[in-house]
Amino acid sequence: MTGRHSKWLPLLFVGPALFILVVFLVYPTLQTIYFSFTKGTMLNPGREFVGLANFERLLTADKTFLRLNQWPPSGVLPNTALWVLVFPSLTVGIGLLIAILSDRVRYEATIKSIIFLPMVISSTAASVIFIFVYSPDLTKGVLNAAMTSVLPQMDPITWLGRKELANIAIILAATWISAGLPTVVLSAAYKSLPREILEAAKVDGGNAWQVFWRVSFPMMKRPLTFVTIMLTINTLKMVDLILVMTEGGPRGATRVIGFTVWLEIFGNNRVGYGSAVAVILFILVTPAIIYQIRQVRGSLS
Amino acid sequence: MTAPQSAYKQAPAKTVPKPSWAQTFIALTRRGPLHVLLIFLAVLWLIPSFGILTTSFRSPADIATSGWWTVFDELDRLNLDNYDEVLRNSQLAPPGITQNFVNTLIITFPSTFLPIFFAALAAYGFAWMHFPFRNTLYLTIIALLIIPLQTTWVPVLRIYNIFGLAGTWPGIWLAHTAYGTPFAIFLLYNFFADLPGEVFDSARVDGASELMIFFRIVLPLSTPALASLAIFQFVWVWNDLLNALIFLQDSKMMPLTAGIRELLGQYGSQWNLLAAGAFISMIVPLMIFFSLQRYFVHGVTAGAVKG
Repeated sequence: MTGRHSKWLPLLFVGPALFILVVFLVYPTLQTIYFSFTKGTMLNPGREFVGLANFERLLTADKTFLRLNQWPPSGVLPNTALWVLVFPSLTVGIGLLIAILSDRVRYEATIKSIIFLPMVISSTAASVIFIFVYSPDLTKGVLNAAMTSVLPQMDPITWLGRKELANIAIILAATWISAGLPTVVLSAAYKSLPREILEAAKVDGGNAWQVFWRVSFPMMKRPLTFVTIMLTINTLKMVDLILVMTEGGPRGATRVIGFTVWLEIFGNNRVGYGSAVAVILFILVTPAIIYQIRQVRGSLS
Repeated sequence: MTAPQSAYKQAPAKTVPKPSWAQTFIALTRRGPLHVLLIFLAVLWLIPSFGILTTSFRSPADIATSGWWTVFDELDRLNLDNYDEVLRNSQLAPPGITQNFVNTLIITFPSTFLPIFFAALAAYGFAWMHFPFRNTLYLTIIALLIIPLQTTWVPVLRIYNIFGLAGTWPGIWLAHTAYGTPFAIFLLYNFFADLPGEVFDSARVDGASELMIFFRIVLPLSTPALASLAIFQFVWVWNDLLNALIFLQDSKMMPLTAGIRELLGQYGSQWNLLAAGAFISMIVPLMIFFSLQRYFVHGVTAGAVKG
């Protein structure tokens, strides 16, 4: 199938891209791993070799990163865990619900477009939109206005200003942004299920609920895994939504790991320390890299 | 990630016989909760954007005294003054939203074209040529698809400082090119590998070189994939904030996203300006979405891990 060509011709095709990737991704990642064992600033990174000191400090001494001697644990890692536990499952759940229900109505395309729309806009614009939604000012924040109109004795809530609420408020904004992704992926997967099997399950006396959980849901395992992993990776890498909405506040309560790399490197000018956080982030996404390589390797001839 | 290919195809059109009046009525009552739930979710999803859109047309005095949901009583007072102010007054958040808009255009077009060009060449090489370590190299690129960009920032900035690329347009174009390339190779490889090889063979018999095959046969046959990719990359770069902050540094060169953040920082309570600014930054992606929705959805579902 493949044509005969000179030994060096592939280099002309593949070479430029490989060169760019080595310079911008491979070499920098290796150097960041090296920096994680050092102490330094932006002007003088890697100034002093400190071994594992950065990691030791992050995991045992830095209370903004991991604080275990209280309940619930606080800091960047527990916050990231909260995100990973809540955000992908909530978003996939909503996407699945809309994918399945909208399959039965004639305005399906419209509904899916409406849910997908926020995926098109920047995190910056979405942040502005949700700072407005969450505003404690009753002539601005629609959420507080709606709540106080139902419960007139209630005071407006500063959603983004309270430590215990700010994370969940940003997670809901992220859900609003991202639900379109599982919706379209799962909708396509649901439509491609073999109708005969679903019909057979109904004929055998299953009600809609049973048919869904025992037949459709297991058959959609692959796309469900796919979107869950994608949303989890995006959660781990996330910077700009936090940066624009709260800058990690109030009092560090909304810091997550991707944002913390940004904060340590560019905010605090601690390049070695920030690189150590980046390496921990890298370790957290490694299972997804392995999963992806396995998927793709299987499809290569 | 390997998105199911079926996400690209549209659902086959349903042919439903026209129901009678009574059937419609029964169906509506029986399926009432379904419609209520779906419409509730749709309204819930529209409220946040609708609020900011409405606010962008209201006067500061109206915004200060009543919520945007009272807009239906004041439709005659809506106007474009906020847009006028935010676009004309470059002193609000220098260099001003109009300059930010121009900068976004300057950043976005090369940053869309370059990665697609390099990735298309590479994807053809991976799909149709033989060379040592081909599969290993391709799988490495798949791994790079998921790597967090956080691990690249400082070393890339160091390289930029050595070569004088920090704070230049070519600097940001190159960064977006590099960060966009792994996904572009992945998407195009999947498409190129399915092209009919016999066509290439007969072109070779007629004396065509590999470069001619690439430019005259492969690229024209791949228009749908190239379109999806271009739209995805365009919107991704358009919406980028971080790379601009890291690699451009100079406020005069900042794109819309950074301009909006600047407005938010300085005029966090002037919602008339913020709303207009935010909406200006959304207009182009929204227009692309509404006109090219199918391609766009394909690109996003295939590429949701990028970044």
